[in-house]
Amino acid sequence: MVDVFKIAGFGVLALFFAMAANFGADEAYRLHALLLMALAGAGTVWAIRTAGTPRVPAGGGYNDDVVRAGVIATAVWGVVGFLAGVIIAFQLAYPELNLGLPWTSFGRLRPLHTSAVIFAFGGNALIATSFYIVQRTCAAPLWGGRAAWFVFWGYNLFIVLAATGYLLGSTQSKEYAEPEWYVDLWLTIVWVVYLAVYLGTIVKRREPHIYVANWFFLAFIVTIAMLHVINNLAIPVSIWSSESIILFPGVQGAMVQWWYGHNAVGFFLTAGFLGMMYYFVPKQAERPIYSYKLSIIHFWAIIFLYIWAGPHHLHYTALPDWAQILGMVFSIVLWMPSWGGMINGLMTLQGAWDKLRTDPILRMLVVSVGFYGMATFEGPMMSIRSVNSLSHYTDWTIGHVHSGALGWNGMITFGALYYLVPRLWHRERLYSLSLVSWHFWLATIGIVLYASSMWVSGIMQGLMWREVDDQGFLVNSFADSVAAAHPMYVVRALGGVLFLAGAVIMLYNLWKTARGVPGAATTPVAAE
Amino acid sequence: MEHYTFLRHLADSWALLALALFFAGLIVWVYRPGSRKVHDEIASSIFQNEDKPKDDPDGH
Repeated sequence: MVDVFKIAGFGVLALFFAMAANFGADEAYRLHALLLMALAGAGTVWAIRTAGTPRVPAGGGYNDDVVRAGVIATAVWGVVGFLAGVIIAFQLAYPELNLGLPWTSFGRLRPLHTSAVIFAFGGNALIATSFYIVQRTCAAPLWGGRAAWFVFWGYNLFIVLAATGYLLGSTQSKEYAEPEWYVDLWLTIVWVVYLAVYLGTIVKRREPHIYVANWFFLAFIVTIAMLHVINNLAIPVSIWSSESIILFPGVQGAMVQWWYGHNAVGFFLTAGFLGMMYYFVPKQAERPIYSYKLSIIHFWAIIFLYIWAGPHHLHYTALPDWAQILGMVFSIVLWMPSWGGMINGLMTLQGAWDKLRTDPILRMLVVSVGFYGMATFEGPMMSIRSVNSLSHYTDWTIGHVHSGALGWNGMITFGALYYLVPRLWHRERLYSLSLVSWHFWLATIGIVLYASSMWVSGIMQGLMWREVDDQGFLVNSFADSVAAAHPMYVVRALGGVLFLAGAVIMLYNLWKTARGVPGAATTPVAAE
Repeated sequence: MEHYTFLRHLADSWALLALALFFAGLIVWVYRPGSRKVHDEIASSIFQNEDKPKDDPDGH
């Protein structure tokens, strides 16, 4: 009976998407309808072919297949996202690289880059590591059977829909929330299943306690669900079109957008990745976390404070002053728990600092925690209104975001991938530790070039824009500041090339490890 | 009173107090006597169950 519903369901979906492809008002919508029609058609064929075959019950072990898929997706999307970043960095230095085509213009490739690195690379990393960690710390297999696979494929379908939509010009123009209404609805369904799988595993746990990493992952999943739904409240103009009208007007809309935007940083890029830190740093250092008490306080302080920090994106706007000040104060207070967490991660190496000399994976994890500390100092500083009046709308913001994203999120994910691949593919060790060292140094030098060039160009832009002569007239035109930033844009793009090169080396190293090719280096690699 | 004014005043009085008290209570709870042993136990629990789940007490 279930088979009948499956076949009919997929068939009706395929028919619906065929109609959508026919009636679709815009290019992105029609392409998505065709893509979904093909998937639903394939689903129908699959449902017919597997009808009547009894389901093989899962073994009692951990469900690591979905984690392996997530690790592959993370590594591949990472390289794609970094490549897109390098391309748009060169476009800013050399505008001819826009090629004069709509599909390759900076305006469409920029959301492609940000979504590819945050949601495709970061999101797949979070899903894969959270599934790995929740099973180990709960000593129980993933709850919900094949639901975990639905989360993986559903999430990656969301990414494909988002990315192809951007290229064809489909966007609701909200930063980091660009996908249109039907893509948002799909992500909501996937996310609810993700929450169910995660929560189900915790409920069915065979350990008495819930390890702190799971608290961070749970806060990430729940809060992202809330942020995503509220920020994307919109009314579609038609069921046959990707266009929609945002529900909140004016300054309320801006506040909702940056309440979402900042908490995407706070809960997606911070809380979720802190879940990784609280598992992989102790595991790789082979020592328990420095202070479990501090980790509990870290958790509650982070989630109590982050949610209020959003208004600092709207200093000197139509937003009421009290809200701006509130955002600023909470951002500054946030510095303390952030550094508490950093200290907790770093001090875990107490008595084991020598491991940094021989273990490049641990070196990566520790540097990432260092960048976390740096970015969470810089952020509160930039949220102060008088500093923000210089830094806002300049490249300083871009530099800040990248020292956090490349340094903290990137490095900890690389460390996690190097940790996971030998274990998931049952290899004794990585193919090559010296390639990990190469990756480490290329990435670190790349980030340094990136951040320092953006500091210089950002502060220069801020000073040029506010410079007035003795008559009170502005000295520089906007184009002057663009021309002056050119050398820094070249340096930034080169930093990106180094970071990308490191990631390509990682991809090769992980591939060789998974294939089981015996490697060259057996001796530890010194930090030289 | 309009919703905005009501929520605005609720937020910076009772809600603020409740959240602050919850947070202070939490810190006290974390440092409660006898918690060290429990916390040490949780902190080192990640070094077990690496390869396979614990046997299910319900016999599944």
